[in-house]
Amino acid sequence: MADYTIKVRRFQPESGEGPYWEEFNVDLDPSLSVLDGLLQAKDRDDGSLAVRCSCRAAICGSCGMKINGQSGLGCKTQIGEAQEQANKMKAATGATAATADSPIGVQAPEQSAGVNAAESGATATAGGEPIVIEPMGNMPVIKDLITDMESTHWTKIRRVTPWLLPHGEPPEREYIVEPESMIDITQSMACIQCGACVSSCLSMEADPDFIGPAALAKAYRFVGDPRDAETHERLHDLADDPHGIYDCTHCFSCIDACPKGVAPMDQIMRLRRKAGEEGIEDPNAGHAHEVAFVKIIEKKGTLDEAMLVQESYAPGIKGKLKPSKRGLRETIKSLPTILRPLRNRKVKLRQAIPGTHHKLPGDAMDDVKAIYAHAEEHNEEFNLYIKGEEGELAEEDVEKGIERSTAPAGQEADK
Amino acid sequence: MSDEKIKVAYWPGCVSRGFTPELHGSMALTAGKLGIELVELDRANCCGAGVIAEHNQELADTLNARTFALAQQTGLSMMNICSTCQGAQSECQQRLDADSAYRAHVNEALSGQGLSYEKDKQGFTNKNFLWLLVEDYGLDKLRERVVRPLTGLRVGPFYGCYIVRPKERLGYNHYPDRDIYLEKVIEALGGQVVEYDGARKCCGFPLVTMNRDTSLRQAGTHVGDAIDAGADCLVTPCPLCHLNLDMQQPEAAKIVNRDLGLAVLHLPQLVGLALGAEPKEMGMGKHVASTRWVEERLTAGAAA
Repeated sequence: MADYTIKVRRFQPESGEGPYWEEFNVDLDPSLSVLDGLLQAKDRDDGSLAVRCSCRAAICGSCGMKINGQSGLGCKTQIGEAQEQANKMKAATGATAATADSPIGVQAPEQSAGVNAAESGATATAGGEPIVIEPMGNMPVIKDLITDMESTHWTKIRRVTPWLLPHGEPPEREYIVEPESMIDITQSMACIQCGACVSSCLSMEADPDFIGPAALAKAYRFVGDPRDAETHERLHDLADDPHGIYDCTHCFSCIDACPKGVAPMDQIMRLRRKAGEEGIEDPNAGHAHEVAFVKIIEKKGTLDEAMLVQESYAPGIKGKLKPSKRGLRETIKSLPTILRPLRNRKVKLRQAIPGTHHKLPGDAMDDVKAIYAHAEEHNEEFNLYIKGEEGELAEEDVEKGIERSTAPAGQEADK
Repeated sequence: MSDEKIKVAYWPGCVSRGFTPELHGSMALTAGKLGIELVELDRANCCGAGVIAEHNQELADTLNARTFALAQQTGLSMMNICSTCQGAQSECQQRLDADSAYRAHVNEALSGQGLSYEKDKQGFTNKNFLWLLVEDYGLDKLRERVVRPLTGLRVGPFYGCYIVRPKERLGYNHYPDRDIYLEKVIEALGGQVVEYDGARKCCGFPLVTMNRDTSLRQAGTHVGDAIDAGADCLVTPCPLCHLNLDMQQPEAAKIVNRDLGLAVLHLPQLVGLALGAEPKEMGMGKHVASTRWVEERLTAGAAA
């Protein structure tokens, strides 16, 4: 058993007051969960402390919250580990940190409990710094740790048409598909709808209209389903929406937040790949950007930034002869950004001209071109979630001739 | 930490030879002051920045396998100076290391060039300058080399997503403190760490051509938060973050509708200054957001 101080961000709408911090001292084994700590505080100190929970085994997805700024499940985070993290972040900045007054209502920094601890004049216990617990981000708070998941989670899930759209007469009994054809979507099927990824999403923080990681992972679950007949329409829909697949800022937050290994960002990248393969052009010029990038490296081996900007907005000869309105608008907007570094001599005039960036020597370029030829012929996708790392398969399985590719490593049977 | 001189196969990345030339120059100078020998991989190719993987994963894996193989030819471990290179290369390396059959398939494409990537060959690693500085060079040795402590300089760390997430891929199980190394380095150099909301958030750069508003709102918010927390400057190990935080700063200011004006230093610049280099030779005059305030603080700190 050990003593911990948990510092909870509380809010009761009926009080008419704003949110506030409250500390509770709890006493439990380090291997128990943060949720166990909250339930002990609720039991011993304040029965009105509101938290959603049910299974306590990372299956129901009810207890999404932020612990030391990191989104996840309360029941899947050991309180001893949370304590170590709180101590570590405090130690990193504590000694010399120049902390500013940050009023409550401002989201606590991801993974940095220090600022909160500092402002409360923390009562450090035997365990160390207080463990900071907050409701999930990117969602309205109903009470204490309970958030309203309707507006930013469920509405967005419904937005991606989360059901099968098969064509033709339904079969008399179930649809029969090859088991192998479903392996690809097992990762996205592992989602338990806890909202931790939504809570952590940095795109959504800047653009609340972003469809978001949970809904887009769900979208891939149907795009990749062999029974679905409207794959192309789905991809069009997700690419045409300016807040769709090309509004993800590629920050990996959802990957670390997800308690089930769904890696929503990876699913978004696969949606982009599939939309690209179908030749879908989008209003954000996301596909044009991707194609431009790939072509520049094939041509030069290193990235020519000026050319990337030019080709993203006005791709190829056609894009230059007949530029799109958005392309023109964005090019004009980007001019000051190009001109300022010229004034500072940060970038020489010739460098600002597309096509002049450093290029690899000729024989190295031959190597790069050979790689392109090989990879474009095969275009293999190695999914670690499905294939696992070498050595993870038991020896007896190898003797039985079981291949890893048919035995999803990370797949769990709870949904 | 060892007294042995560190010598690395150095991958400078693309942007340090494009829109952030001051990074390339300052790294060379700072490495000299630290006594780190850089063997530049001048035939290596772009890491793909996650964009090539979005198009064709095998292509990204093979391009980076080539870079690793070129580094392995030198018999040295690799060092990069870009969070994005670190993340994109680690992603490919994780897949290549996971499976010998896949590795062999990728190496097929390199065989014509007499190259092959081998897992763990002579303990091969690929580390950002930040990781190398803390794990191999050592903070004690760094402290010894400081001739102009950054006394009184309030520095906000800005990591770049690709070097902090996903933790499992980036070796956090072996090196759990990789997400507080910038704080450690700032302290070792005598500076003061500023805590603010954005240190481990996204600069928005990957979205800048796709959704300029969402992109620059992120950059502007983080710069603003750092100013409000009392920062004199930010420091970053990622030139792409630098593009959005520094080069785009005046545009980001318009999006978040407030005055900004905060210097953003590349990590080798901050280290170099503490090791006695002049701001001018570190290329600080080339930044878009003025670094004059930082220079004044340094002078004041030295006088005090």
